Amino acid sequence: MSEPIIQIEKVHKRFGKVHALRGVTTSVRHGEVLVLIGPSGSGKSTLLRCINGLEHIDSGQVVVDNIPVTQSAANINAVRAEVGIVFQQFNLFPHLTALQNITLAQQVIRKRSAEESQRIARQLLEKVGIPEKADAYPAQLSGGQQQRVAIARALAMNPKIMLFDEPTSALDPEMIQEVLETMMLLAKEGMTMVVVSHEMGFARAAANRIAFMDSGTIIEDTTPEQLFANPREERTRQFLSKILH
Amino acid sequence: MPELNVETTARLPKRSTAGRAIPVAGLENMPWWVIILILAGLAATFVIFTSADYTSIITLLSSGISLTLYVTFFAYFFALIFGLIAGLMRVSRNPVLFTLATLYVEVIRGIPLLVQILYFFYVIAPFLADRVPEPFDGWFRSEVNEGIIALAIGYGAYLAEVYRAGIEAIPRGQMEAARSLGMSYVQAMRYVILPQAIRIILPPLGNDFVSMLKDSALTSAISVKELTLWTRQRSANTFRPLEHWTIAALLYLVMTLGLSLIVRYLERKFAIPK
Repeated sequence: MSEPIIQIEKVHKRFGKVHALRGVTTSVRHGEVLVLIGPSGSGKSTLLRCINGLEHIDSGQVVVDNIPVTQSAANINAVRAEVGIVFQQFNLFPHLTALQNITLAQQVIRKRSAEESQRIARQLLEKVGIPEKADAYPAQLSGGQQQRVAIARALAMNPKIMLFDEPTSALDPEMIQEVLETMMLLAKEGMTMVVVSHEMGFARAAANRIAFMDSGTIIEDTTPEQLFANPREERTRQFLSKILH
Repeated sequence: MPELNVETTARLPKRSTAGRAIPVAGLENMPWWVIILILAGLAATFVIFTSADYTSIITLLSSGISLTLYVTFFAYFFALIFGLIAGLMRVSRNPVLFTLATLYVEVIRGIPLLVQILYFFYVIAPFLADRVPEPFDGWFRSEVNEGIIALAIGYGAYLAEVYRAGIEAIPRGQMEAARSLGMSYVQAMRYVILPQAIRIILPPLGNDFVSMLKDSALTSAISVKELTLWTRQRSANTFRPLEHWTIAALLYLVMTLGLSLIVRYLERKFAIPK
């Protein structure tokens, strides 16, 4: 854990009249796992999407691995090559098999051969625990399996950072664990991760830091132990009392 | 009979579909219109090939079929390209591209296809032919080429809207996922969005293909000697409209039904496995 790989400074983002991010400043270091929590509409997903340029910030600065995330296409593509993202709705490509989902960008972007990209894809499917599903189409997979293919697809690009946007929120309860276990594995391997999630078990077990966001700002940013045992702010306390039963 | 009851309930969904396989119970599910058409077709074939008059008519009119198919395939091919370009411009965020494509679509869709063909033939093609350098100007003096391009421009406007609807039917997350993997907009369109959109729009594209075959008859107005013009000339020369126009209608029907079958086959072939 050395210098920051993600630096976010005084970032503002508006959607029309909605002021989604109001001057957010934070940073993430190599190998750190940061979990973002907060009520819906608090700006946590927006903040996550600013890191790989899916949302353009109005003011402030986002720097990922020394590359400023600006509107410039070259910069954004350079950043996206370093940053993998996993979405709530999986967003697998339905016309491609699990294996093809994982090989497509390897071949188009990383210019790997068909054999090499398939070898990597099969290794990753093994890693996420569903090697037998290589030739299945997304519609033939359960939600948990789809999300694990999505994780493998992102990992195939050898990202330095992985972003997770509520990765278990669209899953049936019995499938949440298999996805969390895969994420836990990544955290143990030292992957830098930013995770928007309300899975407090995961936060406790894997997070180095947990940040509570409300109305577009980070209210509290500390260790999970500290936040759960003794939250500093009243708003954090209220929120935690609602989600921890 | 308690056991039997249990089995009946448990297998209920299966039984109801299996019931269709029994011919008597499935009468309402038969595609009667296909059967009637096939019977009518057989009767027509019998009449045609047992009567010397009809046999000679069909031989004569057949020479128009090749040109009808030629015009249809090429006009549709170019319409697919024009439509794709205009459709991509319609979903583009670039205001210039969007405005140009919208103008094209709105203007073309507001003018009857026959008027467009005549306009191209009498106004645009002569204008271009006079200004295109020597070896290429002849291209614009062929009524077949003019008919093909006029049809393609007209249909391109409709196909543009079909493409646009197909692209817009793909969830936004698909583009985001592709871009997040480092793909450019063009790569995401090429590998992720369009392959899915094409599958969605295959049925309307197929319908337009069949319509194109029927509308190729409009090129008879600019003296393209396809099936309709052939029929008109032959029936006028022989004073036998009934026989000629019946044969022409039958020939069109056979071609459109054949194309429909091809389109259905393609739809099934390219369906995404569920």
